[in-house]
Amino acid sequence: MSDTVRDAPTGSPSSNGLEDPGARSGATRGRASAIVGRTRDAFAATPIWAALVGIVGIGWVVVTLDGGTFFASGNLTNILQRSVALGIVAVGQTVAILAGSLDLSVSYLISLASLVGAETMDGRESMLVPAILLTLAVGAAVGLANGLVVTKLRVNPFIATLGMALILRGYIENNYDRPTGSVPESWESFGYTRMGPIPVSIFLFAGVALIVGTTLRRTRFGYHVYAVGGDEQVSVLSGLRTHRVVIAAHVICSVCAALTGLFLASRLGSGTPRVGTDGGYDLESIAAVVLGGTALAGGRGRVAGTVGAVLVLAVLDNVFNQLELDPFLKQAVRGVVIIAAVAVYAQRRKGRQQVATGTAAA
Amino acid sequence: MRKRRWIAGIAAAALLAGACSDDSDDTEASGDDGEEAADIQGGLDSEFFSQEEMDAQLAMRDMEPEGPADKPWEQAIQPTYVDTAQYAQPGGGWKVCFSNAATDNPWRQVGFTTMQAEAALHPEIAEFTVLDAEASDDKQISDIESLTGQGCDALIVSPNTTATLTPAVEEACATGIPVIVFDRGVNTDCPVTFIKPIGGYAFGADAAEFLVDEVGEGGKVLALRILPGVDVLETRFAGAQQIFEENGIELVGAEFTEGDAANTKSIVSDYIAREGELDGIWMDAGATAVAAIEAFEDEGLDVPPISGEDQQDFLQKWNDDELTAVAPTYPTYQWRTPVIAAVKILNGEQVPEAWNLPQPKITEETLPDYLNPEMGPLFYALCGCQEMPGFPENWQ
Amino acid sequence: MTDATLTPPTGPTPAGDVVEAPPRPSLAARAWRSVARSAPIFAVLAVLLVWIAVENPNFTEPPGFLAFLKRAAPLAVLAAGQYFVIVTGEFDLSVGSLVTVTVVVAAQVLADNPDSTLPVIALVLLIGVAVGIVNGLITTRLQVPSFITTLGMLLILDGAVFYWTDGAPKGSLTEDFRTLGRGGVDDVPGLEQLPWSVVVFLAVGVGAVLLMRANLGKQFMAVGDNDRAAGLSGVPVARVRTIAFVLSGVLAAVAGILLGGFAGVSAQVGDGLEFQAITAVVLGGVVLGGGRGSVVAAIAGALTLEALFTLLNLLGVSGALEDTVEGVIIIAAVAFAAFRLRSDR
Repeated sequence: MSDTVRDAPTGSPSSNGLEDPGARSGATRGRASAIVGRTRDAFAATPIWAALVGIVGIGWVVVTLDGGTFFASGNLTNILQRSVALGIVAVGQTVAILAGSLDLSVSYLISLASLVGAETMDGRESMLVPAILLTLAVGAAVGLANGLVVTKLRVNPFIATLGMALILRGYIENNYDRPTGSVPESWESFGYTRMGPIPVSIFLFAGVALIVGTTLRRTRFGYHVYAVGGDEQVSVLSGLRTHRVVIAAHVICSVCAALTGLFLASRLGSGTPRVGTDGGYDLESIAAVVLGGTALAGGRGRVAGTVGAVLVLAVLDNVFNQLELDPFLKQAVRGVVIIAAVAVYAQRRKGRQQVATGTAAA
Repeated sequence: MRKRRWIAGIAAAALLAGACSDDSDDTEASGDDGEEAADIQGGLDSEFFSQEEMDAQLAMRDMEPEGPADKPWEQAIQPTYVDTAQYAQPGGGWKVCFSNAATDNPWRQVGFTTMQAEAALHPEIAEFTVLDAEASDDKQISDIESLTGQGCDALIVSPNTTATLTPAVEEACATGIPVIVFDRGVNTDCPVTFIKPIGGYAFGADAAEFLVDEVGEGGKVLALRILPGVDVLETRFAGAQQIFEENGIELVGAEFTEGDAANTKSIVSDYIAREGELDGIWMDAGATAVAAIEAFEDEGLDVPPISGEDQQDFLQKWNDDELTAVAPTYPTYQWRTPVIAAVKILNGEQVPEAWNLPQPKITEETLPDYLNPEMGPLFYALCGCQEMPGFPENWQ
Repeated sequence: MTDATLTPPTGPTPAGDVVEAPPRPSLAARAWRSVARSAPIFAVLAVLLVWIAVENPNFTEPPGFLAFLKRAAPLAVLAAGQYFVIVTGEFDLSVGSLVTVTVVVAAQVLADNPDSTLPVIALVLLIGVAVGIVNGLITTRLQVPSFITTLGMLLILDGAVFYWTDGAPKGSLTEDFRTLGRGGVDDVPGLEQLPWSVVVFLAVGVGAVLLMRANLGKQFMAVGDNDRAAGLSGVPVARVRTIAFVLSGVLAAVAGILLGGFAGVSAQVGDGLEFQAITAVVLGGVVLGGGRGSVVAAIAGALTLEALFTLLNLLGVSGALEDTVEGVIIIAAVAFAAFRLRSDR
């Protein structure tokens, strides 16, 4: 079977988040306006950004009424800093979900990555790069394993990655019981340095989001991810090596998780066995992905949406912090927000489907 | 068909591998006893352990603290005072900030309620700002960064983890505001004062010594622990392990219950089935002590000597069933002290650099003083809150 | 699969149904093979139980075995509830937090009203029904994937109940309330005591089997197998799915009553139970995505998980490796089921 896509996968008539590249002729537009146009399309296709603006607005009102200052620089720092960890892993999770899969093992992988990374670095500058490479390799290996179990053994991704989570958990608990290793100065300062109110680490998040987002939307591989996630049968019939695509998606997801672990190690100064689970990154990242408009079944959505959702969650966190509200109340509010957002997306999709197929109510 | 057999084979192999693995784990635990040694993690072998610290703590138990005898949260054992004149802000109107690791367990909940009541007792504290880190190191680091930018006059920190919160605390100290750390510590001397009761080694030893007296040499004791890797709990276990080793007590196991009552009960029942009988139970915290006791009751056995903590439900059961027990404590009244320290510092008064509070244990004799059936089962008797305004309603 | 030419494509086969005739098998081999074919979980469960009995001879006596069932009952009840949801093609991630809510709410209400055991039981069952209805409505009417609905519900329930109790459970469960989880019928001939939780477990099991044999059960299967076709043939898909969620919610409340009775009040009582329940169901050969699998196998999956934990404890396997073993076994079990599925077609 050749690796080329002979026919574009049909997908559903409603928007699958994938614009036809041919529609915008690059010949007549300047590059700058093309970039602007693409950015605008990205934001338009992901209503979560509108919601972000709304939530920032409401947050500002509520905090000011409470007597605080919402737009203080410390707050901006707080929001951005709190987005980095969840943001990086959520970007990876986006790819896995777009490909029609899922990864529940990320929080243990994050803990493991922080431990492996910090232990290898051992406080020495010279070991920084080897440690990072090794940790990312471990992440890739876990992703490869996940992908193989899902594709070759045909195990449902929920179970496959749940099983992997348990395997990683057993390994971690058996070998580590306390903060381990130490990161060298330069890596630690990465987690703490700020340019004014902007933490330097936000650029890591932005970089990862840009690279992954661009890969998804501008490369053939990205196209394949959407195809496989949208309809696997059709993709197979079109000649796609669907297994490879899913495995690659899992590798990307796990590498992102490993990167998150490395980042957290820079914040904590060492690796710890519980940093991943304390942050609840498995369910949180899935929540961020669907909040950003990506369909849980796969095939629809964008990284831009996930980024917006992560910021929304960070702003919510920050507002609750400012108001000193009970963290349990915040959790309940989060649950409502997630369900509400996905319900809204589902209604929009249903509406567009009805319009497209002519089944809209008269 | 072949693939099916292969997968079934993997599953069986995994099961066997798991079953045979305890042999390899024994090399980590007490290395001398190669055969049926129980697989015990951490404790004396962990890198947390410090003989020096343990000896210091055991000695502190016998020392007379300075300060009012009826207010143990204001007492200090062998204090070395530091000057705080540079932080003095006469006139009150202070903003005191607190970065709380979490309020996710009853001990912290009782403590936090007590702390808030203490803050309310001091009119000079105009604002008491609290950020809850929800048991996440990363969030607490961000919280501390956030608080240092909010113009606090004093910062109190209860760190979620010792090592990882150290850089954030150092950053906070560097801004010049007085930092007060309590409960778990950090690996830096920059805070003005570090408040804690005597410590985990003493806690574990109190319980272990009691069991040694009651059980005798050769007795079989099961140790129940909450989680590995928490320094305040590791020290408790290490302290107990040393006492047990010195006195010939056989530790048949050290299991992690994750603080869950059903888990605790199942583990104890399994051990009873495995060992035939148990002569004593050592616990590193008392939250699931009643579940452990019930495990014996359900099997129709007498409850052996057991160590718990100062939760009301354990004290009540101890009293009603006339058990042989002891309750070492990690007093929640330590939550009052940081606020008192903040007030002293902002008044320019001296405070102890290492503020070690007394750490009483509840015995058969003193049990009636601490029993209070009015309060809920997870209320901690050593809260130092019984005379405070709003008691008992605010704590129920 | 053996004898492909002789065996027709199968759905869930009740144990004991011999559908193939290989040359000269012994009766024992035939019986074993039919059990293994219908749901290998029974074979695995049998092996584990025998192994436990070897390690701990007390297990062969009624009190020992009943103690095991008593401990396994809550998970078995949860697995039955989760089965209904999974067989209709959905997930219910909210059951763990619903168990916690049950225990915490019961403790709080009983603290002020210690004599109202039955009303409190009714209250928590009602909460289970309400949560199930909400889950069902959101999933069917608002088209939110059940993974997300129940994940959101998990956050809402956990957040709400601890907000209500200021972070930690207050109050305690009365002796009366705890009877179901901890007590039993005394002086039963042959056994010292028949634990109430075993009675509840058996009742739930029998009820579930009867339900699956009834019309509603067939509707569950139809909806899970192909909801479009089921809808077109007149099955009220949305209502059937909602009923599945309601059953899951009610059974989670029952599990909460049993667990609260067994161990008392605890804030962590429900942690991770949703994943354990789903694992149990999947171990029993029920396929995620719906339409296949028997409730008895799902319950057997729960018993197998508990037997595995008990065995590992007895063998002295360190707690950490238990997790790794569990992970490998889960993957193996589902891979196995996936192969059977494909070779059946």
